[in-house]
Amino acid sequence: MTKKTVWTKKDLLGLEYLTAEEIELILDTTRSFKEVSTRKVKKVPTLRGKTIVSLFFEPSTRTRVSFELAAKRLSADTVGITAGTSSILKGETLKDAAKNIEAMNVDVVILRHSTSGAPHLLAKAIEPSVINAGDGAHEHPTQGLLDIFTMREKKGSLKGLKVSIIGDIAHSRVARSNIWGLKKLGADVTVCGPSTLIPLEIEKMGVRVTNDLDEAIKSADVLNVLRIQLERQKKALFPSIREYINLFGVNKERLKNAKKDILIMHPGPINRGIELTPDVADSEYSVILEQVTNGIAVRMAILFLVTGATGGSPREGRKK
Amino acid sequence: MKILIRSGYIYDPANKREGAFDILIQQDKIFKVAKKIKDKADKTIDAKGRVILPGLIDMHAHLREPGREDAETIATGLDAAISGGFASVCAMPNTKPCCDNQEVVDFKLKKAKEANTANLYAVGAITKGREGKELSEMGELKSAGCIAISDDGNSVASSSVMRRALEYALMFDLPVISHCEDKDLSADGVMHEGYVSTVTGLRGIPSAAESAIVARDLQLAEFTGARIHIAHVSSKESLRLIRDAKAKGVKVTCETCPHYLVLTDEDAGGYDTNFKVNPPLRTKEDMDELRKALKDGTIDVISTDHAPHIESEKDVEFDYASFGIIGLETAVAVLATDLIVKNIIGWNDIAATMSRHPAEILGLAKGTLSEGADADITIIDPNEEWVYGKEDIRSKSKNSPFIGRRLKGRVKYTIAAGKIILSE
Repeated sequence: MTKKTVWTKKDLLGLEYLTAEEIELILDTTRSFKEVSTRKVKKVPTLRGKTIVSLFFEPSTRTRVSFELAAKRLSADTVGITAGTSSILKGETLKDAAKNIEAMNVDVVILRHSTSGAPHLLAKAIEPSVINAGDGAHEHPTQGLLDIFTMREKKGSLKGLKVSIIGDIAHSRVARSNIWGLKKLGADVTVCGPSTLIPLEIEKMGVRVTNDLDEAIKSADVLNVLRIQLERQKKALFPSIREYINLFGVNKERLKNAKKDILIMHPGPINRGIELTPDVADSEYSVILEQVTNGIAVRMAILFLVTGATGGSPREGRKK
Repeated sequence: MKILIRSGYIYDPANKREGAFDILIQQDKIFKVAKKIKDKADKTIDAKGRVILPGLIDMHAHLREPGREDAETIATGLDAAISGGFASVCAMPNTKPCCDNQEVVDFKLKKAKEANTANLYAVGAITKGREGKELSEMGELKSAGCIAISDDGNSVASSSVMRRALEYALMFDLPVISHCEDKDLSADGVMHEGYVSTVTGLRGIPSAAESAIVARDLQLAEFTGARIHIAHVSSKESLRLIRDAKAKGVKVTCETCPHYLVLTDEDAGGYDTNFKVNPPLRTKEDMDELRKALKDGTIDVISTDHAPHIESEKDVEFDYASFGIIGLETAVAVLATDLIVKNIIGWNDIAATMSRHPAEILGLAKGTLSEGADADITIIDPNEEWVYGKEDIRSKSKNSPFIGRRLKGRVKYTIAAGKIILSE
């Protein structure tokens, strides 16, 4: 990078709205924060005095804990609110709930929501920074970033890297964030899954589509295997778990044709024996637990950047 | 009462007349149309440089009364209508209670009479409670004053019920207005299914959810010999089916709405719920086909599908927001700005699709500037530029995608039944 990239964004709503330079900046910032978690005293004073509220309208353990640890290691004060347990949300609209939280003078709101675009609604309504921790089938930008960080750490440059994303692409926010981020950094992306779980016109995002898992594995430097939600079967999206495993389950046998240094990734939680066999999940190719470790560093970087934003930037969202 | 409209540029496709004319109104009828009228009048309107159209008729509006007076009343809906140049409005039956019986029709017509402004016509329900099960009492609805029937908002899911409805309505020559949607296919979708739904992660509504039922209804219309009017056509596939059916002589007419002619699914991609409508905004390709179909006569009517919703129904997550937008106040100006100014259609097309054809389909003595016709007239300044501000909205609800838009072409007068109900 010849020109120094300066972070100006207040919110992180999706990787679609970031430039390649901004993504690189996050990854570089992540690298410096990663070291903090290896110290004996895992804490830096960077965000002392900042208040961060996480608002989880959908069950999540990994992401919620990861954000909370990231905030705590930066010395921020954190409050976690989960829908259903909190009176502040009862019968209230998302906007009203957020307005109430805003009135408590918080700096960052982290939102997990089952509907796509909910963080955009929030970002328009309130002053604090909004971080999307997963919205419907739209994006999960911090997951995308930690996936990409892990790939970069293991493989060096992303340019020309061949990444195959396997599984339920249609309902996956992880897939979308991966695609945006990877494409911006120059990777070649293939998506592979049953035709019923490949969303319409996804090729226009610049990805290759295949329904042949062996083909998706053969050329890949990285396999990012998605969790299949078993309920989808009831909506006639695939006939049975058995057939799903036969056609799209990643196992040792199938990896025989893979590159010797292939990386296996998974955003978790894994359905062991379905999208991944246990021997693959625990194999030398697997970096699944490193992804979790990196997740904290990525989220520290994001919290650091959005709270330090120079401000005055227009709020991003999908434009017409 | 005599009103003389002087030197306006009239578009009267029914009489194949276009040019600068004087129009004299006497009582509630058009008395005379001529190059120069010397008669004395009680009021004279100088309309030089203005566009004169036969009074606009909206075939498709939701006025919410009775039941949802918080979103719109017949009075506020009609007030919105006249500011958009509509002399007549057809009120869809999906009120609470539903307009499937004489009492509700009477109530609506009484409220319109009290409002004493634009003409209101009631559309009755095809089936009781719009439930798609039993036929409504169409004979009673007709004698109470309904000019068409529709279960709008719902598609009649049962093909046999739809068949019987078409056959039964034929006895009364009541047009059946069909909302075509295979609910099993549209399911919990919230926007058009395509690239934009893929990127936004919003659940898609495939075009086939509309065209599959259009195909069924065209088959039923052909089979029964009944006439059918397809509501709010949004997809190119539906157009193809309707065009073919028309060529075969099936008695079908159809409408689209201004938003399908000027907006696309890209506009819904910013999660702004004022772009959430049903059927959904479709692709640019669909929009272009709709524009062509206006020119080749496949589309007969432009209606508004005016659908008021209060803020709490719209200012929520996209998934949870109600479908629908208001449109009475902006229809003409939006079409003028995006289509007439760019020479895609002319004022003649507006006169045909927003007045003449609706009158023909509904059997009203309107839609023309013929001597002896109802004195419903819309006068437009085609050059005035203005901005549609939220604070200017006359509808009780503010759910418009056109707020803040710079528009060219503004309604200056609306005259209904010989009464000036909007004046500059």
